[in-house]
Amino acid sequence: MKSSLIIVSFFLLGTLCGIFHWLPSDITQGNLSFYVLCALMFCVGISVGNSPQTLKNFRTLNPRLAFLPLMTIAGTFAGALVTGAFLPDRSIPECLAIGSGFGYYSLSSIFISEYKGAELGTIALLSNISREIITLLFAPLLVRWFGRLAPIASGGATTMDTTLPVITRYSGQQFVILSIYHGFVVDFSVPFLVTFFCSL
Amino acid sequence: MFTVILFMIGGMCIGYLLRKKDLNSVHKIIIILIWLLLFLLGVEVGSDRRIIQNLAALGLDSLIIALACVLGSCATAAILWKFIQKMERKQS
Repeated sequence: MKSSLIIVSFFLLGTLCGIFHWLPSDITQGNLSFYVLCALMFCVGISVGNSPQTLKNFRTLNPRLAFLPLMTIAGTFAGALVTGAFLPDRSIPECLAIGSGFGYYSLSSIFISEYKGAELGTIALLSNISREIITLLFAPLLVRWFGRLAPIASGGATTMDTTLPVITRYSGQQFVILSIYHGFVVDFSVPFLVTFFCSL
Repeated sequence: MFTVILFMIGGMCIGYLLRKKDLNSVHKIIIILIWLLLFLLGVEVGSDRRIIQNLAALGLDSLIIALACVLGSCATAAILWKFIQKMERKQS
């Protein structure tokens, strides 16, 4: 809980800085966050390679975990179906198309804007950014409530890059390879599923 | 994306080569970098006009869809996790 709160406050502080332009604008112009992500992944790599336990733990992972991407996709569809049934302004296929972004906001919002117009495209952008942010902020809580696989499922298509450090931190380092595999499979499914639900 | 994974593989090699040394401080660096990354993500979201302006109108729908998708996928992940734990307990 405490770690989630610290992460949330850093995010909120950043948002305020962005809204009120408290920082010199070259911070957002450059690729600073990309370099930080590279540094972060480098450190995650070091910590994984440094502990011989990690590789041993990976070998003991159950092969049935290979089904995790399917579980993620099925669970996401279930959630999107429920919201589609209850939200008055959004149809079920629309919600399924937005959900099929799995946090991959750049690609899914472009696709959905193209097929369904700017408004739904903006919702896809906001919704999928929210999914990434929820995963980053609440990973410790998700582990406590839903078990160690939850941050991976919640991260969707982002588990091979942006949310990977948080996953290894809170789920455990033995999940690094699973997380990358999961991100890769879900990522690959995004263009197909989004196009399919937009054509319904 | 592949650059990022290359960085991680590079780190893994270095970590493996230095496995005799105690590199526990790297965990602290990871946490600080996670904070920095979230701060920068916040700056990016905050300075994006399109996001801030549409936040009130479309934000609620977006957040509800995102939350439902997260909860749905976490629930199915929890089912898989429980199933696997039960299986492993039987085996051992």
